[in-house]
Amino acid sequence: MKAVAVVGASLAGLSAARSLRQLGYDGRLLIIGAEPHRPYDRPPLSKEFLAGDIDEAALTLEADGEDLGAEWLLGTAAVGLDRRERTIRLGDGRTVRTDGVVLATGAGARTLPECESLAGVHVLRTLEDARALREDLARGGRLVVIGGGFIGAEVAATAHGLGLEVTVVEAAPTPLAGPLGQTMGQVVCELHADHGVRLLCGVGVQGISGGRRVDEVLLADGRRLPADTVVVGVGARPCVEWLAGSGVALRDGVECDAYGATSVPGVVAVGDCAAWYDPTAGCHRRVEHWTGARERPAVAVTTLLHGGAAAPQLPKPPYFWSDQYGLRIQFAGHAAGAESVTVEEGAVADRSFLAVYRRAGRPVAVLALNQTRLFTRWRRRLATALPAACSS
Amino acid sequence: MIPVCRLADLPRGEAYRLETDPPVAVFHTDDGEVLAIDDTCTHQDASLADGWVEGCEVECPLHASKFNLRTGAVDAPPARLPVRTHQVVLEDGVIYLLLSDAPPNLPPCAVARAGGGFA
Ligand SMILES: Cc1cc2nc3c(=O)[nH]c(=O)nc-3n(C[C@H](O)[C@H](O)[C@H](O)COP(=O)(O)OP(=O)(O)OC[C@H]3O[C@@H](n4cnc5c(N)ncnc54)[C@H](O)[C@@H]3O)c2cc1C
Ligand code: FES
Repeated sequence: MKAVAVVGASLAGLSAARSLRQLGYDGRLLIIGAEPHRPYDRPPLSKEFLAGDIDEAALTLEADGEDLGAEWLLGTAAVGLDRRERTIRLGDGRTVRTDGVVLATGAGARTLPECESLAGVHVLRTLEDARALREDLARGGRLVVIGGGFIGAEVAATAHGLGLEVTVVEAAPTPLAGPLGQTMGQVVCELHADHGVRLLCGVGVQGISGGRRVDEVLLADGRRLPADTVVVGVGARPCVEWLAGSGVALRDGVECDAYGATSVPGVVAVGDCAAWYDPTAGCHRRVEHWTGARERPAVAVTTLLHGGAAAPQLPKPPYFWSDQYGLRIQFAGHAAGAESVTVEEGAVADRSFLAVYRRAGRPVAVLALNQTRLFTRWRRRLATALPAACSS
Repeated sequence: MIPVCRLADLPRGEAYRLETDPPVAVFHTDDGEVLAIDDTCTHQDASLADGWVEGCEVECPLHASKFNLRTGAVDAPPARLPVRTHQVVLEDGVIYLLLSDAPPNLPPCAVARAGGGFA
């Protein structure tokens, strides 16, 4: 292999580039990124960066003086992949030839139709999004967050800390029921009430109104919520449109086997854009977590360089964290398919506890609030436990 | 030399957090080595004694950066600075520490705390 192109210059792309060099690949390495920036860290965008506690320099993902010997083509998106010619077409008209491809294009924020036209309405995915939102939050006033998922909840907590009056609107009866299950989703969303942040559940958003700038969010039940700023946090969709017709099989994201291989030889996919086959669950899933985007590229790159010869290592259970209202939330495993969840340490009322999800008596997931030490032990135990079923 | 604990009281695979300022984490690896590093992750305020030890590396319990227990080197983001290492002395079954006099690489939040400020 003489040339490898990594498409997407964020965590998964950078991790893939690093793994390529670590595994001894010394050929041409191209890193193509739609954003003009070198790789930066997204989790702080809803937390420390949004709060103004850290600056942009602290977001960089490259080590000081790190040199991967790569050609960075930034500020231009890949718009087409030709598997026969082995070329990638870029938005600026250029075409690059490559022997191997790592797809790492991540995900983009879902929006509502009103988002584009009204000032004061935000999504949060990129550095530019975060800068703009930070500026608007500095105006103070009333913030309405549409969507009670992790990013919405973190924005609500951060804005509350900045002194804004915050309301969260969630269409589902319980926020976070997907990732955490009904019982624990309920527990975690009570954190809003603990801090005087209003949470409205089971009601959809009809529209957002205003002149040039937003002034109200209209709910499906007729209520109107006055708003100075609105954040739409309704999930993300994989950035894979550009691959349509390329022969790379797509489902919710790029369809991959358990080692990152796609339907096209010489093309692997990693991070938020990829739906890897999970052998323990018997289905494909897209895992939108930081640690997955950081750890799986090593496997995918082995696949790319050595065909299917990757070590059949059991992947660690997916792990993610969230910081809200100064509390540390950690979760590992799969809640879907669990039959029970029990608090094994601490107490829910104290907002310091560890809960274990079980299926057929075996642990399949673990959730911790401010229980870091114990969580690490359970995460390790889970790595040797039984598979969880797939919900979708 | 600061006495830490008896070697027999620190099983393999376990870590001990010493409440010095800044705190130090002492690890007994699965291979039987005893190694010491600053306890606070260089990225944010996490206790590395709570982390996941594999070989002579500890994975930060929060965001999974891995630190080499012998050299303090960090392998991957989000942490970008190495952690300070300390010398361990074993005498008569007791673990002692010789604290490093190099400057620590504390994260911004922990620096503010140590300085008595509240950032
Ligand atoms: C605000 C926020 C907070 C988060 N907090 C947490 C958290 O607390 N814990 C956690 O575990 N996870 C968190 N996440 C999720 C985590 O950041 C993602 O899982 C991670 O960024 C995925 O990395 P990635 O490289 O796969 O994709 P991304 O980071 O989405 O990067 C993909 C890159 O590819 C580029 N790209 C897209 N299409 C093209 C194209 N056609 N050509 C070239 N380039 C392209 C994009 O512009 C982007 O730069 C958070 C995410 C956000 C947005
Ligand atoms: S706190 Fe250790 S990696 Fe973030």
